[in-house]
Amino acid sequence: MTTTIERPHAAPKPPWHRRAIERARRRGIDVRTLPTGAAGIILAVMLVYGEVAYGQVLQASTLSNLLINNAHFVILAVGLSFVILAGGIDLSVGAVIAVSSVAGVMLVGAGWPTPLAIAAMIGIGTAFGTASGVLVQHFGVQPFIATLAMMFLARGLASMLSTTPQRLPDDSSFRLLGEPWKLIDGPRVNDLMASAGLVVAVVVVVVAAIVLQRTRFGRTVYAIGGSESSAALMGLRVPRTKLAIYVISGTLAGVAAVVYTARLGTAQNITGMGWELTAIAAVVIGGTLLTGGYGYVVGSVIGALVLGLMTVLITRDGGVPPEMTTIITGGILFVFVMLQRAVVRRRR
Amino acid sequence: MTATTTRERLGALASTPLVWGLVAIVVLLAINSLRDPGYLGVELAASGRLTGNPIDILRTAAPLLMIALGMTLVVATGGIDLSVGSAMVIGGAVSMEMLQAGDGSVGSAMAALGVALLITAVLGAINGVLVAFVGLQPFITTLVTMLAGRGLAKVITEGQNTSASNEAFRWIANGTVLGAPVVFLIALAILVVVVVLVRTTALGMLIESIGIDPKASRMAGVDRRSLLVAVYVISGVLGGVAGVFATGSVMTVDVSNTGLLLELDAILAVVVGGTALTGGRFSLAGAAIGALLIATLDKTVVFLGVSSAATPAFKAVVIVALCLLQSATIRERLSRVRLRAPRREVTA
Repeated sequence: MTTTIERPHAAPKPPWHRRAIERARRRGIDVRTLPTGAAGIILAVMLVYGEVAYGQVLQASTLSNLLINNAHFVILAVGLSFVILAGGIDLSVGAVIAVSSVAGVMLVGAGWPTPLAIAAMIGIGTAFGTASGVLVQHFGVQPFIATLAMMFLARGLASMLSTTPQRLPDDSSFRLLGEPWKLIDGPRVNDLMASAGLVVAVVVVVVAAIVLQRTRFGRTVYAIGGSESSAALMGLRVPRTKLAIYVISGTLAGVAAVVYTARLGTAQNITGMGWELTAIAAVVIGGTLLTGGYGYVVGSVIGALVLGLMTVLITRDGGVPPEMTTIITGGILFVFVMLQRAVVRRRR
Repeated sequence: MTATTTRERLGALASTPLVWGLVAIVVLLAINSLRDPGYLGVELAASGRLTGNPIDILRTAAPLLMIALGMTLVVATGGIDLSVGSAMVIGGAVSMEMLQAGDGSVGSAMAALGVALLITAVLGAINGVLVAFVGLQPFITTLVTMLAGRGLAKVITEGQNTSASNEAFRWIANGTVLGAPVVFLIALAILVVVVVLVRTTALGMLIESIGIDPKASRMAGVDRRSLLVAVYVISGVLGGVAGVFATGSVMTVDVSNTGLLLELDAILAVVVGGTALTGGRFSLAGAAIGALLIATLDKTVVFLGVSSAATPAFKAVVIVALCLLQSATIRERLSRVRLRAPRREVTA
């Protein structure tokens, strides 16, 4: 994808980061993996720093809690990866989680069996995703506006359903999904844990990675992000794929709602406010280019975990005022886009 | 002959997004008037202020109108400014902190306003420099400043919702001149100044040229970078002004909620007004109509007795309706209907 341009001899010496990238390229490293690799390194550095500075970070219980508590967020980021890789954007996911979880909890409260309620929750996500996709693909509405409309619609509907927190009944089998299982009973409370939600997240990540890397559909997603018109000229199924990515994103938002609701046991109409932007941040931190075409699902997972770990570390530190959280999130995001800027040359 | 020209003129009018925005406002006001025939009544109260629902709508629309103007210019360059909501809260936080420390005089009110605008101008300049000189994407750049900006506002007030009292300041936000709300008059004045600035000079055309084709405009000698910085600074400052008024009307800054998600409303107003998010041609009057429409919609939903939390759902309906009316697919179908109409006249 990246083209190498021969520099004339008289050209000034390129800046250090360009030279570093050239060196990496000569050694046969795919430079497109650099931002994602860097995200992985940052995650590792954060883990080690946390262990050294605060202790009890690199241990089974903390790490499994990190994964369990961020399972829904990982699923959300994976869904957004599809859309962003294809050069689109989905602002509706946070609000879809709200309407889906409020509806799901109310349905369970009304006596629906758990599997049926879960199917309804995922179905709600699919419906919103399909609506966004149809608006974008068949009516030529800009993705930003189409998904903004769906965001407003979902948030409004959630508020019409209820403006008070809804609780799952204590004996509902829905809660089992979020119940942590002890895999290894460690000393004191240092247990290795997992939950059904975490398993769902892992399955979603693996399937998404295989689909994006190994299937015709996945490669079409990348091709559209690279250049939509070229993809269409190559005979790829652009319209179908563009519709599908929004359906996937919406559906995964529904799945994320199931996982989140099961863990928390409550749902509210203001749940997920601003999550779409944090999820976009996670995807970008993971090395996916917002203009589409470059990036990996694994990166989005790392991005989600970086943000999750940051919250844990800030809580552990205790000295950082909570109002600094968003500033630090912004700062991390900034560092990563600068890194991407250095790696990927301006394409136009 | 005249019939055709009238029809053509009507057709041209119908394809102006601005007209659809006006139609939507009229429809909403008509619905309200049906429910309460006295809805549109404006009275002159004993205190010399005009009171009534239309005045209320103008007052609510004012801050949104201001940020929508800045947003229009940014969108015209092909960018987007997600940080205006944070500019609002920073403007509010800075002015409230200054007023709390001040002595309540007119001078301290002016100082508070000045410092608030200065800081939001710096925020806008950061956006502008990152977009124009570093070459980051506007979406990500302003997402960073949006996250960091709200954090900064919280740091400024130490996480508190600061209140202050200052008569002069309060008058700007709540006062009236000849019965009309000062805040709307100021918004109107800003609208006029911006329109005169960009439409009587080449500035507007230069901004559009950046949005249509950055490369071509650079070759034509347009100083793209300075212009980009300028529009982001304008957007930041207008966000600051809007924030000062939004907090001035209650004389308290709510660091978590002032201006929250208002950037989305502003983008909505811009799009409803017929400016495409892809950049290029822009309409300031359209954005003003869009802002009025959103304010009218907010008031209508509350007036009709629907929970204000559900307002977004109605916004979604309006966006989808307007987007569909503007979409090429629907317009093509409509024009086919329109073409068939004269034939019927001939047979009759």
